[in-house]
Amino acid sequence: MEHSLLLNACVYLAAAVIAVPLSKRLGMGAVLGYLVAGILIGPYGFKFIGEAEDALHFAEFGVVLLLFLIGLELEPSRLWSLRRPIFGWGGAQVGLVAAALFGAALLAGISWKLALIAGLGLSLSSTAIALASLEERNLMPTPAGQASFSILLFQDIAAIPMIAIVPLLGIPESAGGGGNAWIAVIKVVVVLAGLIIGGRFLIRPLLRFIAKTDAREIFTAFALLLVIAISLLMQSVGVSMALGAFMAGVLLADSEYRHALETDLEPFKGLLLGLFFIAVGMSVDFGVFLARPGIVLALVAAFLLIKTGILYLLSRAFGMARGQHLQFALILSQGGEFAFVVFGAAATARVFSDEVASTLVVVVALSMVVTPLVLMAYDRLSARRQGAQRSDQADEIEPNEDHVIIAGFGRFGQIVGRFLNASGVNLTVLDHDPDQVDVLRRFGFKVFYGDATRADLMRAAGAARARALVVAIDDIEDSLALVESVRRDYPDLPIFARARNVTHYYQLMDRGVTLIERETFEAAVKLGRSVLTAGLGQSAYRTRQAADKFRKYNTQNVLAVYPYYKDRDTYASMAKRARDELETMIARDRKAVDEETGQDWD
Amino acid sequence: MTVPNILILYAHPAPQRSPLSRRLAEAARATPGVTLQDLYELYPDFDIDAQHERSLLQAAHLVVFLHPIRWYGMPSMLKEWMEAVLRPGWAYGKTESERALRGKGCWLVTSTGSGPEAWGPDGIHGHPFDAFLLPIRQTALLCGMDWLAPLVMHGTLDAGEAAIDAHVHEFGRRLAGYTGGAAGTPPRIAPEASHGA
Repeated sequence: MEHSLLLNACVYLAAAVIAVPLSKRLGMGAVLGYLVAGILIGPYGFKFIGEAEDALHFAEFGVVLLLFLIGLELEPSRLWSLRRPIFGWGGAQVGLVAAALFGAALLAGISWKLALIAGLGLSLSSTAIALASLEERNLMPTPAGQASFSILLFQDIAAIPMIAIVPLLGIPESAGGGGNAWIAVIKVVVVLAGLIIGGRFLIRPLLRFIAKTDAREIFTAFALLLVIAISLLMQSVGVSMALGAFMAGVLLADSEYRHALETDLEPFKGLLLGLFFIAVGMSVDFGVFLARPGIVLALVAAFLLIKTGILYLLSRAFGMARGQHLQFALILSQGGEFAFVVFGAAATARVFSDEVASTLVVVVALSMVVTPLVLMAYDRLSARRQGAQRSDQADEIEPNEDHVIIAGFGRFGQIVGRFLNASGVNLTVLDHDPDQVDVLRRFGFKVFYGDATRADLMRAAGAARARALVVAIDDIEDSLALVESVRRDYPDLPIFARARNVTHYYQLMDRGVTLIERETFEAAVKLGRSVLTAGLGQSAYRTRQAADKFRKYNTQNVLAVYPYYKDRDTYASMAKRARDELETMIARDRKAVDEETGQDWD
Repeated sequence: MTVPNILILYAHPAPQRSPLSRRLAEAARATPGVTLQDLYELYPDFDIDAQHERSLLQAAHLVVFLHPIRWYGMPSMLKEWMEAVLRPGWAYGKTESERALRGKGCWLVTSTGSGPEAWGPDGIHGHPFDAFLLPIRQTALLCGMDWLAPLVMHGTLDAGEAAIDAHVHEFGRRLAGYTGGAAGTPPRIAPEASHGA
């Protein structure tokens, strides 16, 4: 048993390690690489792995982790602000796509029960494939990305009643009734309430306690345990594991351990999602496909055409940017993981014959394989079209060209940004405060929501074509991480940094930044000037000169101590010396002023 | 223009180190009908409020430049003031309407450290003192102003208390003359061809 587990792991990992880099090299993206790897090692490829189903069940946990991590980035207030796209757009998408597929199936002469379940099941898209495709293209912060995300979230919710009504259409096995449904609803409410209360009063103190033990692997273990336990709990009351994990993530989004949870779970998510794609590849039943290739292909084509068409029409109603309509439609065009569950339930309830169910599952699996291919073709075509447009209109400047990027738009970055904006500088703003982002977007700023330290966000923000980067982030560690990654990825991009304190100043110097301002220094000098003039009646110009002199001396002093700051003892003594020097300097200033009272001016 | 309105543009970067200018400014402040703009005090960062300065100029009938001479010219603040305030199309231009200062008096009150003997072909400065006033004088003329005889004190570095007292007194006397002595009397402004001693 253990042997076969390791052997399987070996096969999966080897397939991924070979197929994914190759696929990326060919410009096909990681998702397609995984799918192809799955097909190759599966029952219809080299038959390295016997049954795909176990792997698929296990790997679904990758989707669960993915949704947990997405939940972690969405605070409840932000989720609340998304309620309209989630329920409005999501509802419209599921309703209209299901209706269209239902109608088409009826026209093709299929029984209404079958048509209804197929339509509902196929209206759902694959969260894993769609989100992975969005992330691969850095589209998450764009309107298309946000709309896709909202719709996928709604689908996760909509899958629950779908799975619930399927048995009602079939042969009733047990005398279920309204009472049962009520109990189910109450159960969900109770579990959710327990999760909210437990999250605040139990999980957080527990996280704090475990973090204090300083055993890193135990923290990781607890993070995994948390997600698995919550998912199982949710599943036991009839909520999908993915949706449950998502809600748990949202509940922990404003906890101080958010970042720690993210970094610990990220690798698991990546590996398990990969395994999930491999398993989807393996589960494509080429036996069913080869039995009736014409019908299956026709079904896939018809399904994708109808779904893409409806999505395209919807995207226009959602007010998306021109040029994103088709991309959005294609990203959500495939069938999803939940379709497997819905059709499985339908087969169990005898609404479907096994043959119909397996045919539909193949259609969904094939549509999942087709999506990355179609998206790749779309990327190529749109790149070529844009290239052609660019050579036609060489004068037209891209909106994101020749710009200055400001990372962090809080109290500091805001002043810099508004000043630059007032001076007619083309700005791109990166900030992680959604409210801020909304306001700025309304004023026509180009704003990217997210963690500026993420390399992909910098790329999406157009760092390659930026004239300068202003690092105005509050958090010292984030600021340093951003500077490091930018120095590595964009060595020619000039960096202008805000330093929180002198140590931060030195750390920025360590990383090669030369243009640094201490955030409170100028304001403090200014206030000092006000005290001397408005408060003590000293002459304004003389005070200004004194402030200039003070600034110059202070800067020299900070630079003089820099070589010693790493050595704590030397640093301390140097700092002491600097203080002494300041004293002598102040005394010297006074003396100089006294001397100047001589007659060197009329 | 029945109420006399004299605008003094006072520019001294280090009044605490000056024996003379400070006293002149004090005397000016004490004179009714005089508005004194201490430029270094008002604009220590050289961020001159040009619009406000123009409105003060507009209201004045006599403009006085009160400053020491250094390196043969006015302090840098006053030069900045001119560049910011005396805008083309307002202070000078092709038509008369573009010369807002036309007909106003312009009086220079200044001082130098070296004595009278330093000015002239044989002195260390190589030219008569008048020669160095050409830019400011021409500025006034270009703006259509009446150039009044400047009040100059040479040799302030060696001047004793009595000489300074006398100079301040003379300044006060002429200033009072330009206010007309009392409110209500129109001030006499007569352009003079030669400068006073």
